[in-house]
Amino acid sequence: MTAGPAGEPTSTRSAERPGRIEAVGVRHYGRWVAVAVIVVLVAMFVNMIIFNPVFNWPFVFEVMNQAPVIQGLFVGTLLVTVLTMIVGIAFGVLLAVMRLSDNPILRGVSWVYTWVFRSIPRIVLLTFMGAAMGLIFPKGIALGVPFDWKIIEALGLRGDWRFATFDANTLFGGFLGAIIGLGASEAAYMAEIARAGILSVDKGQREAALALGMKSPLAMRRIVLPQAMRVIVPPTGNETIAMMKDTSLLIVLGSFTSELFYQVGAIANRTYQIVPSYLAAVLYYLIVTSIMMVGQAWLERHFGRGFGARSTRAQARAALAAGAGH
Amino acid sequence: MADHLVEAVNVTKAFGHHEVLKGIDLTVDRGEVVCLLGPSGSGKTTFLRLINQMETLTGGRIRVDGELIGFKEVKGRLHVRRDADIARQRARIGMVFQRFNLFPHKTALQNVIEAPITVRRKSRAAATAQARTLLETVGLADRADYYPAQLSGGQQQRVAIARALAMEPELMLFDEPTSALDPELVGEVLTAMRDLAAHGMTMIVVTHEMTFAREVADRVVFMDDGVVVEAGAPDEVLLHPQEERTRTFLRRVRQDAEQELEAARALETLEELGELSDPPGASGPEPGEDPERRRVH
Repeated sequence: MTAGPAGEPTSTRSAERPGRIEAVGVRHYGRWVAVAVIVVLVAMFVNMIIFNPVFNWPFVFEVMNQAPVIQGLFVGTLLVTVLTMIVGIAFGVLLAVMRLSDNPILRGVSWVYTWVFRSIPRIVLLTFMGAAMGLIFPKGIALGVPFDWKIIEALGLRGDWRFATFDANTLFGGFLGAIIGLGASEAAYMAEIARAGILSVDKGQREAALALGMKSPLAMRRIVLPQAMRVIVPPTGNETIAMMKDTSLLIVLGSFTSELFYQVGAIANRTYQIVPSYLAAVLYYLIVTSIMMVGQAWLERHFGRGFGARSTRAQARAALAAGAGH
Repeated sequence: MADHLVEAVNVTKAFGHHEVLKGIDLTVDRGEVVCLLGPSGSGKTTFLRLINQMETLTGGRIRVDGELIGFKEVKGRLHVRRDADIARQRARIGMVFQRFNLFPHKTALQNVIEAPITVRRKSRAAATAQARTLLETVGLADRADYYPAQLSGGQQQRVAIARALAMEPELMLFDEPTSALDPELVGEVLTAMRDLAAHGMTMIVVTHEMTFAREVADRVVFMDDGVVVEAGAPDEVLLHPQEERTRTFLRRVRQDAEQELEAARALETLEELGELSDPPGASGPEPGEDPERRRVH
């Protein structure tokens, strides 16, 4: 080696041989300006929420602690979100599988369903369910033989062939109506998400499953869907958060009151403490969304298994066992 | 006739107006290893996929173990088989794909036990015991708990072979099993297949591996443009081809192999040269450039 190690000035050559770099970085003046602007804006905002008397913080926490508000949060917001998403995901996946099937009838039904329910705004759908269903079905909705009165008339008989009758307003105007309406709407969106997920799975996966003698539904359930989940979960997390917020639309259903937004609205109207009342709802929505984001991250990790080169717990155990064996 | 495990008569297949197979006749006996050779686009893979009903045939008949594939003959008329029936037929035929198609969300072991449990209704314990034995025979006992993404191509393909064997098939189909592999990984897969052949498995192998075909196959079938051009013992077809098309193909394969060899040699030479020119202080480097530094990058 004729040359000495880098950075060690040996001879006259050190002058021409550059050493360690100490350069001046690029000055990001734009960022400095941005930081200054943001600091001022934040200061203004903090000043407002502390010193503006309208932000009655003790009252905010009092509202958050009211039993009807908490009950509204748990029933109308959280429980309805969970149930509608279960209905939406189950029905949506079914619609996606129908849409991708060889059966033209199933394909058509799925397409029409998605078309109709994606076209109707949720607030319109819920208003319609609350206000119009009772008018459309004044005698209620019955389980029984279709067109029974016609058949009975034709046969010259009396009575009816109905086993159970439900009042349309109780069915569609309350808790059940909330699940039916939001769930039906969600299914249409979930169908598209699930379809994209299924299509993202390599065709060879289905072929390999079929080649092993699996029937099509089994291959879908065991091989294709679990892999599709990796693509389905992130947008479904979005949908869940959106659904949680859309439960506030249930206010238009009419007779459904056990819901967060309705309850804080009621307090706002009674007390004229408009800002703190609605602020209580805002804080609750923020908290719930934050918790949901954590859950979504966990789900993404779970369904992403086998797609990273990370080692698994089973392997760690195997490695330990192997080490012990030697 | 009973000895024929696979019997294909005048098999044709068209995708739209494009005729891929133009009347294939082929029989494979029990315990026989048949290699399908031919240029790409000759219909070898399509023929293999017809046997396992990955595609439906347009004409002709395929029988496996005397049973018509894909159709049922009732009172002189062909009826399309129901899904459950097709699944039952497929379960008796193992298939190994060019791109492995392992289930990426399952470990090697889970890949192997999946179908025995869900299709054959085996107990988990029995399936696991069988899977461990199979993984051991393909030399992957210590990789049972690895996900496909953590295995090399050769290892993945061997898991895929174990997965197919777990269904205890009477026939194994290999669709270019080594074509997607790096050259140094081809050997391990061929070894696993050689073992399988030695144990008497009936195999139909679409391959470009001439050495494998010569050593392992009982019969070699050369296909081109949707027809069987020549078939017979490996040495006959590969060393003394009767047909011009076979000769052209084999000549091209040989040229490719020679080119590869040439390339490998050239690479070796380059490496040797590199070693020679590497030593510092030699006339090579430009003034002001340090050979030590250059090598780091």
